[in-house]
Amino acid sequence: MRPVAIRLVVLFGVLLSVVISGGAQQSPAAPSTNDPRVGLKAGLRDAGQAARNMELVASLPKPEGFFDPKAPGGIPTPPERPESEASRAGTEPEPPPNQQEDPARARLVAGLNFANSDLAFSANHLFMGNFNGFNTYDIERPGRPKLLASVVCPGGQGDVSVHGNLLFMSVEQTRGRIDCGTQGVPATVSAERFRGIRIFDITDVNRPKQVAAIQTCRGSHTHTLVPDVNDPANLYVYGSGTSSVRSAEELAGCSGLDPKADPNTALFSIDVIQVPLAAPQSAKIVNRPRVFADPATGNIAGLWQGGNHGEGTQTSRLTNQCHDITVFPEAGLAAGACSGNGILLDIRDPKNPVRLDQVVDKNFAYWHSATFNNDGTKVIFTDEWGGGTRPRCRASDPPTWGADAIFDIVDRKLRFGGYFKMPAAQTEQENCVAHNGSLVPVPGRDIMVQAWYQGGLSMFDFTDAAHPVEIGFFDRGPLDAKQLMTGGYWSTYWYNGAIYGSEIARGIDVFRLKPSEYLSQNEIDAATLIHVDELNTQQQTKVVWPASSVVARAYIDQLTRTKGMQPERARALKAALERADGLRTAQDKSATAIVDQLETLANQVEGDAAAASGRDAARLRALAATIKARAARLR
Amino acid sequence: MKLFTSAFTAIGVAVLAGASCRTADVAPKPPIIQPGAPGESSRVVAPAAAADLSHVGYTEADVRFMQGMISHHAQAVEMVALIPTRTSREDMRLLGHRIDVSQADEIKMMQHWLEVRRQQVPGEHAHHMHDAKLMPGMLTPEEMDHLAAATGDEFDRLFLEGMIKHHGGALTMVDELFATPGAGQEVEIFSFASDVDADQRMEIERMGAMLNTILKERQQ
Repeated sequence: MRPVAIRLVVLFGVLLSVVISGGAQQSPAAPSTNDPRVGLKAGLRDAGQAARNMELVASLPKPEGFFDPKAPGGIPTPPERPESEASRAGTEPEPPPNQQEDPARARLVAGLNFANSDLAFSANHLFMGNFNGFNTYDIERPGRPKLLASVVCPGGQGDVSVHGNLLFMSVEQTRGRIDCGTQGVPATVSAERFRGIRIFDITDVNRPKQVAAIQTCRGSHTHTLVPDVNDPANLYVYGSGTSSVRSAEELAGCSGLDPKADPNTALFSIDVIQVPLAAPQSAKIVNRPRVFADPATGNIAGLWQGGNHGEGTQTSRLTNQCHDITVFPEAGLAAGACSGNGILLDIRDPKNPVRLDQVVDKNFAYWHSATFNNDGTKVIFTDEWGGGTRPRCRASDPPTWGADAIFDIVDRKLRFGGYFKMPAAQTEQENCVAHNGSLVPVPGRDIMVQAWYQGGLSMFDFTDAAHPVEIGFFDRGPLDAKQLMTGGYWSTYWYNGAIYGSEIARGIDVFRLKPSEYLSQNEIDAATLIHVDELNTQQQTKVVWPASSVVARAYIDQLTRTKGMQPERARALKAALERADGLRTAQDKSATAIVDQLETLANQVEGDAAAASGRDAARLRALAATIKARAARLR
Repeated sequence: MKLFTSAFTAIGVAVLAGASCRTADVAPKPPIIQPGAPGESSRVVAPAAAADLSHVGYTEADVRFMQGMISHHAQAVEMVALIPTRTSREDMRLLGHRIDVSQADEIKMMQHWLEVRRQQVPGEHAHHMHDAKLMPGMLTPEEMDHLAAATGDEFDRLFLEGMIKHHGGALTMVDELFATPGAGQEVEIFSFASDVDADQRMEIERMGAMLNTILKERQQ
């Protein structure tokens, strides 16, 4: 999120990037007003709800210390001036509002001070970041989340990541203190101020302890943990600062000047922090790579210069920062959502990321986040048009603005596929735009569950990058019927069988998926088989599904849905899998016959694969391999 | 504000909306931990201390910044209103439109910020008052008259020079804000001032490039 939405993003960018997307794809439909999500009742605790193919199984409000008792829902966001009105410069201003009209309004000054932010997971623990600190929940029973500990340590945004017994947190605001105090830092230059990345020891999750605090020039808006496969003793952190640069008096070497005035400017870079895992207190910045540099000229401001892309196009921000960087170490790749550009980085040497490609998009205002698919062959970039505090999903808003753009990765280059935007029209009282999501690990398909602030959460299939399809959702009515108050989902992530939502104003929500024509119970069960010990969504790992019958059934369901398999073949496979699952031991008398039957069927499926094409061929091959491995377990 | 009173009650007893949703476990509340600086021990604090914003609220300097910036932005809106009748350049019109939309919108935002804090909200013409103090970078009445009297290339040059100076004043105001003890701590002020700084720097850069182009064209 970028809290203040309106900014002077102006003018005439010089196009240095090579791909302009948005030309040839099929345009998504305009926001629908005929949808169960339209017309939901407003309320902080009693808002109307609409759900499809998922079920809300638990909710917990924010704990004490993380809301203003005088304004638990936050404060209203000022109305926008419509463009038509704004264009009529020089007309008489509206009379100043009567300040005595509503004395209660003066109390409603909580703003984003207590906003919930990003999520991280470790074993049975969920860590929920907050602009005022973080909260740890026990999620051993996902339907009964339990608050374990609240940690107060203000500074925003409070995005969290976890690695073993270390928890990392982003801090960007000038009120942030090295000692986690709530009293701010009145002095303009002070050693007590903290802006950067904190590291906590969470060996005792009930009583975390701060072990390191790495100061950076621009603070840390978000960060990404980057393991080095060749150097397990060190963990790397990419820090993304998007805020103002502090003075050199406060932190030596900091400069916020234009690169022409100061080539050592803190702008136009990311921070690479090295964390020795045996001594995290020694963590330090080891590089500030110029990932936006023009390789031909060496100009560090080498990417999008800010401005629009021609008449009727979006104004994209100047590329001098990354908002989010998502790494996929097994593929040696990172995708950076970097203000005016989406970039692809080679991170095989994590200290020295090398840019492989960059794209612009005429519909993108601000490149915000990135998510790879499980194969590392696609990446979804999101556009945070309006900064996250503005209503950008109204019936009148373009379906390609504030949306996801899906790219295929071909020969380590980005190739545009299509757009996805949560399709239900939202009100003026709901801040809404694409935000953070994660993959749902269904074998054979690319599925993401994504937060859209007060637009709720949306689950969609992007197996075909050019034709993404929504397959589930949950939404509430606005926080307030009359005024826009910042709220909704910051993040919604799948973790070990459930979906967890970080609701900015309301707290934590937990969801279970329900089977539908779009997603079968077998596919949900196959996704639920995948258990990870840790999840930081900006640090992706490749999921490999076990050779289990339910995984085979998930593929069969998909092939049946796409008519990529004859019904007789599907019946025979299901019957054989059922017989295999009915075996008590491999010594069972009928085991040999079942193994033979499975192998015969697997060979037939391989034959089918040879005759098929595209995604179905891949599914048939994966199905054959799964059945063979399943059979091997019975020998 | 009925909404907030009832909502607060609801939080207190952890009653949740939604028929399909289970009520949370009633368990003893875990303590709130406040870590110390790196290497120092953590301590338990009371909820009221954890949610205490009394030291990071807005200050008089923040209020003055917002009030001053309204006048400052209002003059930019007046300057761009001159563009349509005085220049034929398409890039100037586009520049003017962008400045107009964004500055007018920011004025609304600043007025609202002051309003909810029950501070005096200057109108968009407050800087025309006889005793009005010009904020850094603002054009004097004489300079404004001079600009309004110009047309064509001369207007374009004066406008860009004036707006670069004007935006430079906004940077000065942000610098002065952050150089005032206690100021710029509140979340909204911090974000807004940071964005003004970043955005106006960028726009100064762009206008500088436009000015160079115009001057070069004139020499040819």
